[in-house]
Amino acid sequence: MTQPSKTPASAAVNVPDERGYYGEFGGRFVPETLVPALDELEQAYRAALNDPAFMARFADLQTTYTGRPTPLTHARRLSEHLGGAQIYLKREDLAHTGAHKINNALGQALLAQRMGKKRIVAETGAGQHGVASATACALLGLECHVYMGSVDMARQRPNVFRMKLLGAEVIPVESGSKTLKDAINEAIRDWVTNVRTTYYLLGSALGPHPYPLMVRDFQSVIGIEARQQMLDQAGRLPDTCIACVGGGSNAIGLFHAFRGDDQVDLIGVEAGGHGVNSGEHAARFADPERGRPGVLHGTRSFVLQDADGQIMNTHSVSAGLDYASVGPEHAYLRQMERAFYTLATDDEALAAFKLLCELEGIIPALESSHAVAEVIKRAPTMPKDAIILVNLSGRGDKDLDTVMQVFGDQQ
Amino acid sequence: MTDSTIITGLTAVDQMFAAARAQDRAAFMPYYPVGYPDYDASLAAIMAMAEAGVDGFEIGIPFSDPLADGPVIQVATQKALENGITVRRCLDAVRELRGRGLRQPMLLMGYLNPLLAYGLEKLVSDAQSAGADGFIIPDLPPEEAASFEALCAQASLALIFFLAPTSSPDRIALVGQRARGFIYLVSVTGVTGARAALPPDLPDFIARVRAQTDQPLVVGFGISQPEQARAMDGLTDGFIVGSALVKAGAAGTDAVRDLVARLRGVL
Repeated sequence: MTQPSKTPASAAVNVPDERGYYGEFGGRFVPETLVPALDELEQAYRAALNDPAFMARFADLQTTYTGRPTPLTHARRLSEHLGGAQIYLKREDLAHTGAHKINNALGQALLAQRMGKKRIVAETGAGQHGVASATACALLGLECHVYMGSVDMARQRPNVFRMKLLGAEVIPVESGSKTLKDAINEAIRDWVTNVRTTYYLLGSALGPHPYPLMVRDFQSVIGIEARQQMLDQAGRLPDTCIACVGGGSNAIGLFHAFRGDDQVDLIGVEAGGHGVNSGEHAARFADPERGRPGVLHGTRSFVLQDADGQIMNTHSVSAGLDYASVGPEHAYLRQMERAFYTLATDDEALAAFKLLCELEGIIPALESSHAVAEVIKRAPTMPKDAIILVNLSGRGDKDLDTVMQVFGDQQ
Repeated sequence: MTDSTIITGLTAVDQMFAAARAQDRAAFMPYYPVGYPDYDASLAAIMAMAEAGVDGFEIGIPFSDPLADGPVIQVATQKALENGITVRRCLDAVRELRGRGLRQPMLLMGYLNPLLAYGLEKLVSDAQSAGADGFIIPDLPPEEAASFEALCAQASLALIFFLAPTSSPDRIALVGQRARGFIYLVSVTGVTGARAALPPDLPDFIARVRAQTDQPLVVGFGISQPEQARAMDGLTDGFIVGSALVKAGAAGTDAVRDLVARLRGVL
């Protein structure tokens, strides 16, 4: 495993450009019907950013509703067990609804309200974004429809029930691989049909411009808080930041505040599934044969595809990382060598899940367990005074069915 | 242009509209995907339509994630993928149809990613030599199209842009300036598929576009019945029927021929 070579921070700072490009990635590859809607969204978003009342309302909800700032926890027993770097956990699992997804969902739901759109559609993979969207809509009195692949509904049943309790309609998606990719297709089809009345609340840092920018901005609170908390608690910045990368919203949210800190390594962890050679994974950057630049869901980025450009089915034990593409800014940060991407297999993530439960009393989401798996590999190779900051993007209650199936006999 | 007797590319598209206009009717341009219900049956369906007197074709290239399409075309193109249809196979189909004597313009319609995987430069050159006349790419709006547009222009192939009921006057002006061949007007906000009735604001939408451009206007999405086809006459330069024909294609070539005859008969 090689360390990323350092690129001057300034190179990775000023993205996207006015057309929504991060270097050669990003853009707006959508049917014509949606182009005016994206123009309207971009204008409304910029206006909201300049509206002190909007920003004050958002900040207020973050503290009084979401529970921000989320804590930074020094994982002392895990650090000791691994025998190397000191490990700090950014506790997005303690945000309301149990994951970082609420940061973006609240921001966009407020924006939808400001735009006068009363009907919200969203997609969800693991269900965390669906729950966050349903929550934000309940709070703001908006109508919420969540598209979810039927495979994901089966493996994330508690979240399906939570969304329904929160008043959302959950619409099963039976097309394609019946996972996140197909849920996004259906959400876009709904949006294109009801575009005049409907706001599409996209849950990750992907899709057509301005979504990757907007989602990054709403999630950047993670890194802003964590950076200050590191300075407060450890007296310095971490050596390494680690986050799991599905679409990549929790990772970009963590990385963004550190983009100018050249001495801080940024590490994204993709879902290795059953291993890259098995073909059953969601490691867009790690599979040179299938992972190539392409266009999916309105943006140009790395896409898992066959030789004919058809999108591949993906596999991960964690529904939230089970996606064939990745946010365009990650493709850019990787190309600029400002961030480095690796993977954790299902087995590695499950082992990390168990270790964090036992040593720190924290049940992590299977998505976040991929980031912890990288910590397990990396921390022992680092000195005891080194610091790893890992984004614990969500809690694992939603994954208990899956984990019970895997560990059932052993418990 | 390969020789003096076979007119290709943009010129063929222009002549198609001129011929329909001379007969004082709208051009009828069916959509049909290669490989549904299988490769041979799709070519038979397209030949049957050609013989029944349609004016031009959108030849569908399947994609795993067709986000502008409704259920009928989703299912059909999924089946086509299962039948092993690739971009290369679609180009084979065009070449084969030309070999069987099909003379109408054929525009390849597909989503961007398989075309990128094929290679855009190679695609334009291979499409031209196969006998295709241009491209329709729903997820390639003008803002993202500059390089492909240049390749098509060099080869005198059409690259068709869309306008939608949501398009602003600025966008109508932009697409009006950039369009070569025709402009594809999406009749409704939504995905492809038959609708019981066309939207009441369609004539107004067409008039808004007509006021800003002389390009031929072709209406698609939702048209499936003879009454709807008849309504297009006088309103627009052409119209597209897709899902209804694909549905007929499942029942066989005769069903396709019958539907085309009924749609063509009212013009």
